[in-house]
Amino acid sequence: MKNPILAVLGATLLVASLAQAQTKSAADGIAEYRKMLEDGNPADLFEAKGEALWKQARGPKNATLERCDLGKGPGVVKGAFVELPRFFADTNKVQDLESRLVTCMETLQGFNGAQIAKTAFGKDEQNNVTALATWIAAESRGQRFNLPQGHAEERKSYEIGKRVFFFRGGPMDFSCASCHGEAGKRIRLQDLPDLTKNPGDGIGFAAWPAYRVSNGQMWSMQLRLNDCFRQQRFPFPGFGSDATIALGTYMGVNAKGAESIAPAIKR
Amino acid sequence: MADPMRIRAQAAGDKATVRVLMSHEMETGQRKDSAGKAIPAWFIQEVTATHNGKPVLSAQWGPSVSKNPFMQFNVKGAKAGDKIAVTWTDNKNDKRTDEATVS
Repeated sequence: MKNPILAVLGATLLVASLAQAQTKSAADGIAEYRKMLEDGNPADLFEAKGEALWKQARGPKNATLERCDLGKGPGVVKGAFVELPRFFADTNKVQDLESRLVTCMETLQGFNGAQIAKTAFGKDEQNNVTALATWIAAESRGQRFNLPQGHAEERKSYEIGKRVFFFRGGPMDFSCASCHGEAGKRIRLQDLPDLTKNPGDGIGFAAWPAYRVSNGQMWSMQLRLNDCFRQQRFPFPGFGSDATIALGTYMGVNAKGAESIAPAIKR
Repeated sequence: MADPMRIRAQAAGDKATVRVLMSHEMETGQRKDSAGKAIPAWFIQEVTATHNGKPVLSAQWGPSVSKNPFMQFNVKGAKAGDKIAVTWTDNKNDKRTDEATVS
């Protein structure tokens, strides 16, 4: 540099930016990366697909899902997501979004619900369930979780979910609580939310379904939970199982008041 | 027929920012399936964009572009109400065109 004043200024700036880089933690870096990804979240594509599927006449009965009751009356989609899982009188069960969608696909469209539940994630009708769940979740974006706990079955589901959450076992003697039972834990660079209480807006239960950039897949809550069991080296409880729905109730009730940002984007 | 794209185009000053999200597998041809057989390559090769019918962008893509790709570009002189159309062609010669209005 010809100008000594500029050179000194440049060196000072360099030092300042280095110091700034050091104080920026790994978590900040990830947050920044997420922010950059948010603008083109491919979950949008699944959202559009889900909306089209909702209105499209399909299945053996050639019917749409527009009369599907997600808990707020037939056809009401807005706000349904933040009140699920809940008790449904017609099936006499507590159901989450995805298991409820399968019920609707069975009763309204004539699909074989058991068959869909057995289908591997990311295949055939399971893809459609995920897309529908993505759109329905997106319709409640920005709303706050408020799961009903009025019915005895809903309270039972919460208690079962809590037990499953704290149940230790498997070759690694892990429970959900091993990783998600206190704040400030992480796996490599991923912060793990404390799911025994409200982890905050858009964290944990309030962030799924989410698009995973690393594998280019849209993940629903059921797939998320089944993968947690895989990581614990537990057998999969399976799609729409009582155990995964109860865990959903447990996390959902704990997340009361948290704002839903679903469908989110994950690394 | 491939799934639709999502195109958002927003005018700011003398240009418009166009953001496109495409739905495509973008299979490289390098991966193997569970049986050990190579999964055939399947990716977008050409992307073009037009502004009111006039070509403004032409790009050649390869297998290194991610699944469900996102593309952003600026169009000089585009104002609200103009039409932006984006077309992709993949190596199986499948095509998809979607149009959006600048807002």
